[in-house]
Amino acid sequence: MLKLVNVKTFYGNIQALKGVNIEVREGEIITLIGSNGAGKTTTLMSISGITPPGSGEILFMDQPIHNVSPDKIVSLGISQVPEGRHIFPQLTVMENLHMGAFLRTDKDGIADDIEYVFGLFPILTERRNQAGGTLSGGEQQMLAISRALMARPRLLLLDEPSLGLAPKIVRQIFDIIRKINSEQKTTIFLVEQNANLALQVANRGYVMENGRIVLEDYADRLLSNEAVKKAYLGL
Amino acid sequence: MEYFIQLFLGGLTRGSIYALIALGYTMVYGIIELINFAHGEIYTIGAFTALITASVLTLYGFNEISILILASLVAVIYSSAYGFTIEKIAYKPLRHAPRLSPLISAIGMSVFLQNYVLLAQTSDFLPFPGLVPEFQFMKKYEHIFSSTELMIFLTTSVVMIILTLVIKFTKIGKAMRATAQDRKMAMLVGVDVNRIVSITFIIGSALAAIGGVLIASHIGQINFYIGFIAGIKAFTAAVLGGIGSIPGAVLGGFILGWTESFATGYVSSDYEDVFAFALLVLILIFRPAGILGKSKAQKV
Ligand SMILES: Nc1ncnc2c1ncn2[C@@H]1O[C@H](COP(=O)(O)OP(=O)(O)OP(=O)(O)O)[C@@H](O)[C@H]1O
Ligand SMILES: [Mg+2]
Repeated sequence: MLKLVNVKTFYGNIQALKGVNIEVREGEIITLIGSNGAGKTTTLMSISGITPPGSGEILFMDQPIHNVSPDKIVSLGISQVPEGRHIFPQLTVMENLHMGAFLRTDKDGIADDIEYVFGLFPILTERRNQAGGTLSGGEQQMLAISRALMARPRLLLLDEPSLGLAPKIVRQIFDIIRKINSEQKTTIFLVEQNANLALQVANRGYVMENGRIVLEDYADRLLSNEAVKKAYLGL
Repeated sequence: MEYFIQLFLGGLTRGSIYALIALGYTMVYGIIELINFAHGEIYTIGAFTALITASVLTLYGFNEISILILASLVAVIYSSAYGFTIEKIAYKPLRHAPRLSPLISAIGMSVFLQNYVLLAQTSDFLPFPGLVPEFQFMKKYEHIFSSTELMIFLTTSVVMIILTLVIKFTKIGKAMRATAQDRKMAMLVGVDVNRIVSITFIIGSALAAIGGVLIASHIGQINFYIGFIAGIKAFTAAVLGGIGSIPGAVLGGFILGWTESFATGYVSSDYEDVFAFALLVLILIFRPAGILGKSKAQKV
């Protein structure tokens, strides 16, 4: 479904991605783990067209998207929940959700999907008219995921959804991620620092170091891999 | 008391024009964090376009009201086209350049347009027709509040209400707010930010053109330099209210209008600008973000 071929991305003179190869198959959950500054966020931003690669190819449903603008990429079916959630602080919860559906025109479908995400995260229903910036961290993460779902993506990119959240909330959010994958058949590309958790929900995983993929395998095998255990699972 | 009311209403009229122009500065700043120094020149271009249109229409024997409407319409369209083009030529290529570059480009654009109008027209003041008809019911109050002033106040109010509704309730308005609050996130939900920037310039320019036409027919003469002065005043209003904040621009406009009006009325007209800019300095010292401006997050 998604294929990164030798992707190299630069910030000015700094090369953040040094030839990344990743493949995501339809319907699966894959995870990309790695330490701070490895290039995980840059990978997602390259896919979304915010920091387009300097060279290499990104293919989505066999179409090249590395030269496509971010809004077109959304309309092709890729949505992102960025690191740090990025809720529009002065828009209400409802307005944030409507922004998620910005490219859609099917009013009824949008209304249905708002009901659907309120079903996933009932707390948002109570907060519907509250400004996004006034929500708690956990609520903001729920809203960020809901907003991304409002575009009805085929591929959902999630950047560190567990960041800074209490274990209980993290579990709730990971349950929902699994649910979205199984119920909506949404393919999921999950970036995480919490490798243990990520590898438990994912089918396959990639390990990134210094802008390169250094390891890829089925999630259960990564979980028992000695090097991974040592470096990322704290065992 | 009557004198006070007269000054109050005079300040209201002035203030509403400042507010109208200040909205252009503040909206552009809210979206791309640029002070569009060429904004005042858009106002000049609006006034000149209206003058030329009005002259032609007068030759063809149109009546007052239709001239006012048509001339304003042409001015709005023409100025918007300028605003749109300026952004594409002078700012868009510098979107990712260091912050100072687009600012310098803006100043350059302002100087260029001023001289362009100077060369294309003349350096002299040109008489501008009073496009607003004398309303019968205003006869009694003519000495404190003229028909033109009433028209200015009504038009700016209506325009500002429409703008508020557009920004609050339409899809484009929401996208503008979202872009101002978090541009990268707006892109991630599929907003074509270039389009939003263009729309912002078009709206801002249209407002400036309306301001230009109204004030020109109030004062009765224009030259190539009017936009520079009005631009600086409106910019002051925007900063007063808190640049980036839409209600702030309106509030700043009125405060500045009243300050000038009362200073002129009770002190001396020589001190009009002194008071205006003294107020600006005070605000910048005691409330650098402006009256309604908060942190960077609170923009549109
Ligand atoms: N805007 C930027 N300008 C310059 N360098 C950047 C920028 N953003 C990221 N980098 C650099 O690119 C590299 C990869 O950063 P990236 O944010 O992709 O890492 P990450 O894996 O997401 O890290 P984290 O786990 O801390 O979020 C880092 O060395 C970082 O310093
Ligand atoms: Mg990151």
